[in-house]
Amino acid sequence: MNDAIARAHQEQWARLVATLARRYRDLDLAEEAAAEAFATAVERWPLDGVPPNPGGWLTTTAHRKAIDRIRRENKRDDKHREALVLSGLTGFSDGTPPEPLGAIDDDRLRLIFTCCHPALGMEARVALTLRMVGGLTVPEIARAFLVQEAAMGQRITRAKAKIAAARIPYRVPSARDLPARTSGVLAVLFLVFNEGYLATGPGTDPVRPHLTAEAIRLTRLIRTLLPEDGEVAGLLALMLLTEARRPARVSADGSLVVLAEQDRDAWDDTLIAEGHQLVRERLASGIAPGRYQLLAAINAVHTDARDARATDWSQVVALYDQLVRLDPSPIVALNRAVAVAEVDGPDTALAAVDRLGDALDGYHAFHATRAELLRRLDRRVESRAAYDRAIALAGNTAETAYLSRRRDELG
Amino acid sequence: MQYFVSVIDDRTNSGTDEEMVAIDEFNDRLRTGGHWVFAGGLGAPETSTVIDGRGEQPLFTDGPFVESKEHIAGFWIIDAPDLDVALELMADGSKACNRRLEVRPFLA
Repeated sequence: MNDAIARAHQEQWARLVATLARRYRDLDLAEEAAAEAFATAVERWPLDGVPPNPGGWLTTTAHRKAIDRIRRENKRDDKHREALVLSGLTGFSDGTPPEPLGAIDDDRLRLIFTCCHPALGMEARVALTLRMVGGLTVPEIARAFLVQEAAMGQRITRAKAKIAAARIPYRVPSARDLPARTSGVLAVLFLVFNEGYLATGPGTDPVRPHLTAEAIRLTRLIRTLLPEDGEVAGLLALMLLTEARRPARVSADGSLVVLAEQDRDAWDDTLIAEGHQLVRERLASGIAPGRYQLLAAINAVHTDARDARATDWSQVVALYDQLVRLDPSPIVALNRAVAVAEVDGPDTALAAVDRLGDALDGYHAFHATRAELLRRLDRRVESRAAYDRAIALAGNTAETAYLSRRRDELG
Repeated sequence: MQYFVSVIDDRTNSGTDEEMVAIDEFNDRLRTGGHWVFAGGLGAPETSTVIDGRGEQPLFTDGPFVESKEHIAGFWIIDAPDLDVALELMADGSKACNRRLEVRPFLA
């Protein structure tokens, strides 16, 4: 029974909220009615059995909840009365089934684009997307981002209030705006994934599979809705190829295991196969790849090597060269330098890394990369100092443990 | 739906001739599209006076009521069906006046 409800929640939540939001033009109402419908399912299904069409049952129940709520609040809020008129809801509450809602998939896209609207702050976009599209509860989201529950609740409420007050439209962006807006959605999902894959704070598990899983699930959803978008496919492939390595990523004692030292037999072959397939599809399309597709291709090279020494590093450098042209940020340059070390040696790589010092001095990975390169050049004193800086700046507990071990190995 | 669009600047009456031409053209577009409600440039913040009429006698003090490096140098009030339309229009407005803008909805 719990499985049936959990599955219905996974499959139906976004659809339900999206449909309700379009019909009643009120995100708050949509969220509450959907939540109430699931609460009713938790009560009723164990007694009555799982309905033959759980999605239909949930939709009907959620509409009833919405109507109840509108009735209760009718006197208080004219807007709801207006919504009721706009949605043409006559006769529905006396048992008439709701009219077919048309392009339901478009509703989910509308919901996603509204939650990831550029007029909202990044934190609000992430929280709203996880709540409204992902169906995570406020306490779950609060825990994921180490924020007090009340504060997270307020963040979501404020975002919904802004959507209503500023009239952020419930609409899929025009074709002209679609690439930029889609890229905004992908940024939100990538942030959720990264927070799961390498938590930034010390007060949490270093790797949180439920967050990476949620990010993958939502990216899959967007892929079914926007199947032609290469960057959506690229981000999904990137996530799959990263997630595939998760079982090998943290050692039994809670220390990060770097790519070169991972037990490659522990990698998830199914995820790797799916990720490689997506990367091949994008290559075959002949369309110039975007940022996520290039990152996915780099990860495909890594996951293609059954042994770290078999990695085709020149291919990795070539892909980073392409990436630098799209995204000349110092972080990309730093990651490129790691690959350069394998092709041209640590000397060349260190020179490239040192040029990034002004931009990346506050970034732990900059110091960690320097430390590794200095160690390979046998410049132990400088290497130790760089590890110290990296440890002081790193938040993730597994990463701190790894860096401390590497520093202490210097003797 | 009406939006209040403030022009953010650190100087006053600093628009160049070119900017004024571009703003005029932009305003014509707003009028043609049915988005125009009102617009105007404002005097320097130091020319403002703060009024407190809540007591028995109204109290007048030298403004501005908030000191800041940047201030509102002018504003538009526009009519747009939703925020996306308002943002798209005013992105051109920002280009025309060569200043940052803040778009804020009126209470419904």
